[in-house]
Amino acid sequence: MTRAGKFCITVLIGISLLSLFAPVISGYDPNGIDLDSLKESPNFEHLFGTDNKGRDIFTRILYGGRISLSIAVTAAFLSLLIGLILGLCSGYFGGRVDMLIMAVVDLVLSFPALLLAIGITILFPSGIHTVVIAIVAVGWASFARIIRGQILTLREAAFIESARSVGCSHLRILFRHLLPQCIPLLLVMTGLKVGSYILTESALSFLGLGAQPPTATWGSMISANRVYISSAPWMVIFPGFMISLTVLCFTILGDTLRDRYGLTIKERV
Amino acid sequence: MKSYLIKRVILLIPLLLGVTLLTFSLTKALPGDPAFSLVGERAQPEVIEKIRKELGTDNNVLSQYLGYLKLLMQGEFGRSYYTNRHVVDDIKTKFPNTLKLAVGAMLIAVPAGLMLGFVAAVKRNTAIDRIISLCAVSGMSVPVFWSGLLLMLLFSLKLKILPPSGTGDLQFIILPALTLALPAMGILSRITRTTVLEIFDLPFVKTARAKGIGEIKIHLVHVFRNALIPIITVIGLDFASYLNGAVLTETIFGWDGIGRFTMEGIIKRDYPVIMGCVITGTLLFILINLVVDILYHYLDPRVRIDDKSR
Repeated sequence: MTRAGKFCITVLIGISLLSLFAPVISGYDPNGIDLDSLKESPNFEHLFGTDNKGRDIFTRILYGGRISLSIAVTAAFLSLLIGLILGLCSGYFGGRVDMLIMAVVDLVLSFPALLLAIGITILFPSGIHTVVIAIVAVGWASFARIIRGQILTLREAAFIESARSVGCSHLRILFRHLLPQCIPLLLVMTGLKVGSYILTESALSFLGLGAQPPTATWGSMISANRVYISSAPWMVIFPGFMISLTVLCFTILGDTLRDRYGLTIKERV
Repeated sequence: MKSYLIKRVILLIPLLLGVTLLTFSLTKALPGDPAFSLVGERAQPEVIEKIRKELGTDNNVLSQYLGYLKLLMQGEFGRSYYTNRHVVDDIKTKFPNTLKLAVGAMLIAVPAGLMLGFVAAVKRNTAIDRIISLCAVSGMSVPVFWSGLLLMLLFSLKLKILPPSGTGDLQFIILPALTLALPAMGILSRITRTTVLEIFDLPFVKTARAKGIGEIKIHLVHVFRNALIPIITVIGLDFASYLNGAVLTETIFGWDGIGRFTMEGIIKRDYPVIMGCVITGTLLFILINLVVDILYHYLDPRVRIDDKSR
């Protein structure tokens, strides 16, 4: 692993631990309104300052990280699961199954991702679940397409042929022989995708379509505080910095893993 | 080529059905009369009567959907709950602004992205390459609604050299276009770098070098020209995504385009506006993708039209 990769892993573990242990680390209530400390600039009591209701920005970022990270990770896991199963079937069985699955994949990928996600979040009652549904509904397709491509190149390999000739069942070939070959690819994809899902989640909460107030998310903090950009810029700068840092680390981590396994993944799939 | 074209056009049908089904389920999901949810309760009685007739509330869902499609074909995307104006008319007046912004963003992103990617490839594995790559990844990782606000803070509120928001001529375009261009620049420079590196290893570059052609000429005439083909498709896709990324950027800079219109619709829960914008946005996205795909097949003779391994 390169130095950059190690650095990113460390930062990501740090952010996750900080979010996980938010109540231990910060004594403040993330939604606690404190009229004595409105719009305070960063100081020793409030590391990242306070917002227009006197809430501690640092604390809200920690709690917001819980939501952003858990949504992105859950969505990535579900997308991976759906995409993996459909991609395996599509690549392995070929024929009509393949045609049908790939038609749906093409359909989903032809939508502009953010607009589709917006459309879906409006259909369901707002909340964390809806955001996950919206991201997965868009996200599974690229997993399926990439896994299918990988299986297509492996399907005719000698070890699969021999597995077939000794009478392995389809299920066994799929899950014992083909699946392990896809793991590096899945790792890389997941790394890259978690990053982009964090961006989608923050965009949706910026638009007010994510977790509802007073719950803090990184995106909604920026959206709620952007009117104070000139008088209290820290209210906007810190949440955005956290989004950028997290996404950056996930992307570099994905890149590092990709180089390490010698994979080529096309940009924007 | 012809059969490929036909196939692509046929694929449009399920796409259009998909997006209209999505917006149709929205009118059904909303409480109350679907006719009201399309034009609002303040619309004239005749209009409501007409919509109600098309949607035929007492019929089954399928015929309601067909009626909805018929309304769409007639250009009846519904009316805004608040202004009671035709959503289609508003979209028509706002679209040129969004287009202006997208073109502006492209004029920044394309030259910058190509140049950065090319330099990174030529100087591969040096400090310059690493710095450019880091910038590229950063551009892709920063949310536009944040970078936009920071640019505004710096150039409008602190340095006071550009207006913070509004719609207008060049000085108003610069900041939102730059914001929109940042992620595209990152993606473009990464792709340019990989493509150019791939071409560097091809035999014809070696031949050119063996013939004693100068490095600069090899780079520009032999490598760059061949790298352009895959890059053009990316540029096209980026252009399509500008029209969507604009939801966030236009909102921040108060740019009077379709993006901000969508956002206002979302905030006010003005469903006809949201639906109209989602339909238009998707339609544009699909059409641009189609054009790019065809262009790609036209430009690169190596790509077989019936190539299924894409």
